[in-house]
Amino acid sequence: MSTFVYMTRCDGCGHCVDICPSDIMHIDENIRRAKNIEPNFCWECYSCVKACPNHAIDVRGYADFAPMGHSVRVRREEEKGTISWKIKFRNGTTKDFVSPITTKPWGKKIKMIIETPLNK
Amino acid sequence: MLETNPFSLLSEVVPTVVMQVFIIAMVLLIAFGTIIQMIHHKNLTYFFNNAKKAKLQATREVGAAEKAKIIAKTTVYDIGTTSELGFGKRRLAHVLGMYGTIIFWIASAMLVFCYTGADKTSSTLWSMLWHVGAILTCVGGFWFWFFLRVDVSAEAHPWYRIIKADLFVLALLACSTFGLAWSYTQFNGHVGLSFLFFALFVVSNLVLFGGVYWSKFAHMFYKPGAAIQKNLAEADGSRDNLPPPADAPEQFGLGIKREEPKHY
Ligand code: HEM
Ligand code: SF4
Ligand code: SF4
Repeated sequence: MSTFVYMTRCDGCGHCVDICPSDIMHIDENIRRAKNIEPNFCWECYSCVKACPNHAIDVRGYADFAPMGHSVRVRREEEKGTISWKIKFRNGTTKDFVSPITTKPWGKKIKMIIETPLNK
Repeated sequence: MLETNPFSLLSEVVPTVVMQVFIIAMVLLIAFGTIIQMIHHKNLTYFFNNAKKAKLQATREVGAAEKAKIIAKTTVYDIGTTSELGFGKRRLAHVLGMYGTIIFWIASAMLVFCYTGADKTSSTLWSMLWHVGAILTCVGGFWFWFFLRVDVSAEAHPWYRIIKADLFVLALLACSTFGLAWSYTQFNGHVGLSFLFFALFVVSNLVLFGGVYWSKFAHMFYKPGAAIQKNLAEADGSRDNLPPPADAPEQFGLGIKREEPKHY
């Protein structure tokens, strides 16, 4: 399930370019917004989907999992430490998931939003 | 220099009516370029089809009063401060450039239509605003172009690599820079240089407004529309198919902040 970018939402911040382990998220030369230049090489890790601050990246599902008319979307709420997914199937069934962001803090510049016994 | 209307001195050589026609022609070029772009890229069709489809997912009706409130709030906050660009240098640079350009354009029109010509008074205020607008555009624009452009900051391309997306920002910067240089040289009586900079000022305006179809110019119309649609979609529950805000306990995860995208 490779990813694609909604051009109306992207503001060219570069987070997806920065995070993509396959180095396939790049900036378009005509409009300076992001695009997946090689969907075949997508690891389907969804790092870019989760990193996008503008909900501009969506996932194209496999035909057997979610045929045309489906959508897989994510909302990242840093202040709450959550990442929520909504999967909508073609027949209208939706599934909502909420998980904690479990990325461990790293890097000097990162400020802790909440103190937990783990990151104190 | 800042208090002098550069068009006043110019009107000794170029009739005021020619300047007025030039400004009207530029406005028409914006409309023409944007409309042709919308027809060719079909972006408006896509946008409305998408919005219509998304509406089917709405879980509640947004009344006219609430709609007006959301649009007003979006206009003041999301559009007026380009909130989409997050908190940081990109937003600050954009706000400087955006308001600089708006002030510059309004002041140009005011000066040419109301304060230029043999029988017209001068206006220190609008002359000041014209220069201040140009300076703000240069500050925001050059900051963006040299340091913040994503292909330079996140992709690590060298700053001198110019791509098609630069057409808009470079033409905008050329207008303000050559406008200021023209005003300065004309004020100080450098006839040759002032003609050169004036010619460059006219050419960069033609490129900026004539290039609307090929450039990112029309984002200043599209982005506000998209911001309004997004906030209305949040209110009516359709949310562009996004999940609702998480109903999570306070300490659900570590929720670390992201660093700047500069890990190349
Ligand atoms: C006079 C008005 C405006 C001027 C002069 C202006 C100028 C610019 C410039 C020079 C850029 C950099 C484009 C590039 O990549 O080369 C830019 C990008 C951007 N502007 Fe504006 N802008 C204006 C209005 C607006 C408005 C009203 C909004 C909306 C809410 C907006 C939102 C954005 C966003 C999100 C970007 C970055 C994403 C993109 O590439 O579109 N701008 N603007
Ligand atoms: S899902 Fe992963 S591999 Fe695919 S484009 Fe996004 S970040 Fe890159
Ligand atoms: S992270 Fe999102 S907004 Fe930023 S460049 Fe990528 S798609 Fe665009």
